[in-house]
Amino acid sequence: MSNRHLTTAVAKPTALTHPESLKNPAGPSAFAKDPANAGLTKADKVKLYTQMARIRHFEQRCIRTYQQGKIGGFLHLYVGQEAVAVGTLSVLGKNDHLITGYRDHGHALMVGMDMNSCMAELQGKATGCSKGKGGSMHYFAPDKNYWGGHGIVGGQAPLGTGIAYALKQKGLKGCCLVYMGDGAVNQGAVHEAYNLAALWDLPVIFIIENNGYSMGTSQERSTAHPGSLAKRAEGYGMDWDLVNGHDLYEVRAKTAVAVKRAHEKNRPTVLEIFTYRYFGHSMADPDKTYRDKEEIKGYREEKDPIKLWEKELLNEGVLTDALVASINEAAMEEANKAADFADASPYPTVESITQDIYWEEDNRGKDTTSRGTIIFE
Amino acid sequence: MPILSYREAIRAAMREEMKRDENVVIMGEEVAQFNGAYKVTEGLLKEFGPKRVIDTPISEAGFIGLGVGASMLGIRPVMELMFWSFSYVAFDQIVNNAGNIRYMSGGLINCPIVIRGPANGGTNVGATHSHTPEAMLAAHPGIKVVCPATPYDAKGLLKAAIRDNDPVYVMENTILYNDKGEVPDEDYIVPIGVADVKRAGTDLTIVAHGRAVITSLKAAEILEAEHGVSVEVVDLRSIRPLDEETILASVRKTHRVLLVEENKPFCGVDAQVAYIIQSKAFDELDAPIGRVSSIDAPQIYSKPLEDVQIPSPARVVEAALKVLA
Repeated sequence: MSNRHLTTAVAKPTALTHPESLKNPAGPSAFAKDPANAGLTKADKVKLYTQMARIRHFEQRCIRTYQQGKIGGFLHLYVGQEAVAVGTLSVLGKNDHLITGYRDHGHALMVGMDMNSCMAELQGKATGCSKGKGGSMHYFAPDKNYWGGHGIVGGQAPLGTGIAYALKQKGLKGCCLVYMGDGAVNQGAVHEAYNLAALWDLPVIFIIENNGYSMGTSQERSTAHPGSLAKRAEGYGMDWDLVNGHDLYEVRAKTAVAVKRAHEKNRPTVLEIFTYRYFGHSMADPDKTYRDKEEIKGYREEKDPIKLWEKELLNEGVLTDALVASINEAAMEEANKAADFADASPYPTVESITQDIYWEEDNRGKDTTSRGTIIFE
Repeated sequence: MPILSYREAIRAAMREEMKRDENVVIMGEEVAQFNGAYKVTEGLLKEFGPKRVIDTPISEAGFIGLGVGASMLGIRPVMELMFWSFSYVAFDQIVNNAGNIRYMSGGLINCPIVIRGPANGGTNVGATHSHTPEAMLAAHPGIKVVCPATPYDAKGLLKAAIRDNDPVYVMENTILYNDKGEVPDEDYIVPIGVADVKRAGTDLTIVAHGRAVITSLKAAEILEAEHGVSVEVVDLRSIRPLDEETILASVRKTHRVLLVEENKPFCGVDAQVAYIIQSKAFDELDAPIGRVSSIDAPQIYSKPLEDVQIPSPARVVEAALKVLA
């Protein structure tokens, strides 16, 4: 009798289980003429490039700041996965919302959070997007429909389902994108969210950003079903699809289908988007035990989503080498300025430790419902 | 004044708040068609319809998390847990998400969710269904916890909880559901964090919450009748926020204190109350603070023994006499 869970317990580099057909096919995207993309202007396409470049340069600047010892705690980088956040979020409308896990910087920049407050948050500064109280894993911008930034794997899935429920309850035509990693699919909370979303016809799109590894454990060592993770949707009667996360056109096209389904039928979807991260699970991961350097190199050189989009747009005559250079220069400059801003910003005051805990306490008055001691010595 | 049961008082609070605010919805296992496992939500589906009174699958992490997410967008969900013991499978949602999101977002998001249901032992159902997690949950800044002992307080506290903009966890007691008391028809709330002197006295202060208040009131009658002792019973009503002033005022009056709760003793609510009293009223004390809790073991199934495990009037009387000695 064989037990592959026992026999594979020794860590060794294992090949990704991404289907071959979804690994980047070189050449023009089959989705360039998709209805979701047909209406894109040249300026729109350049903007998508710029947004991916900004994320990359921000993350690369974070590495430097981390190495300088200015960022504590965990730092989960999005480098390599940029087309997922940019592609999916670029098709949303004003009543559409999102929530994600701890690899949350890319989504934050894409929805319009500014680099300064994001960088300051990483340094624990008072000017950070969460006043230095959240850190890398806990970015929030409810004014931009961005509900975090959640540290516990899969814990955001029920929350996002609740956001979708609230939209439906209020009669708004919108949906909620719930991002998670491939490691989240084995969490009970995710399955409970799937069940509720399907049972109650909720406009939610679960997006599995499958970068192949849940921390240091490959999909084949963590997940019983050898096939696609999205296919589990069938058990809940949900639609699902597989997406090449290295092709921005494809990400947009397939997300748009799911958004339409949510808006028009209030039905959930599971999208599994194949992607890859170039750095360790977090900066604390030396990244030496579970995957080959050659594998990383292969992705970087042949399937980089930004380079592929760049190539696509150069072929279309939308981008020029000069424009590419200036966009990257500007993004790097913006990231450097953000680091300077964070450096120059003050830390939060000691008094602020006990603020922002309770709404009723921060707003005590004749109309508040609470009295008595709530913060204890 | 109308007489309502504790169960009816809770139902009245939900009805009134649902009429007042269309964002209030009720969710939980068996709350709608079945009329509630303990019939607390009886009739609400008929009155408000399936869009506002919603049966959930047995999926606490899922539906409580869904309620937390919905509350961030302004829905005011009143989630029923059939037992607070079941909160343990939804702990991440209840503590990490509801309790932390305001703080971690630097005050950008708040979470006006209410989670309610019974949290008590004494019903002969064994350890898994008999937890009293008020101290454990109140240990997390960001969370509010109330434990009503009477129909009046149950209605007023629940109405306050539904209007409150923070997560409020209301811990009820199945043994109290049929208790009756005066409950006004007119709109009122009991502010969260205000204790209530349920019985005035001069010789001894008993501080209690939840059903332990009822037990302590019975003990106070025995102490007066059989021992000529005048006992003051302070009902905390709310665990967090906590009404320190009412506790300390009573200590300054009687100079002797007995703490009674149905929790297990280790890190119980009374551990914090005892700390506050010794730190702020040390010179007022004429005797060490006494304490009665449940006997420190998982809840025993066997009914005669469970009745011994939970504080009884007899045990409270015995402990009171020691503090008075």
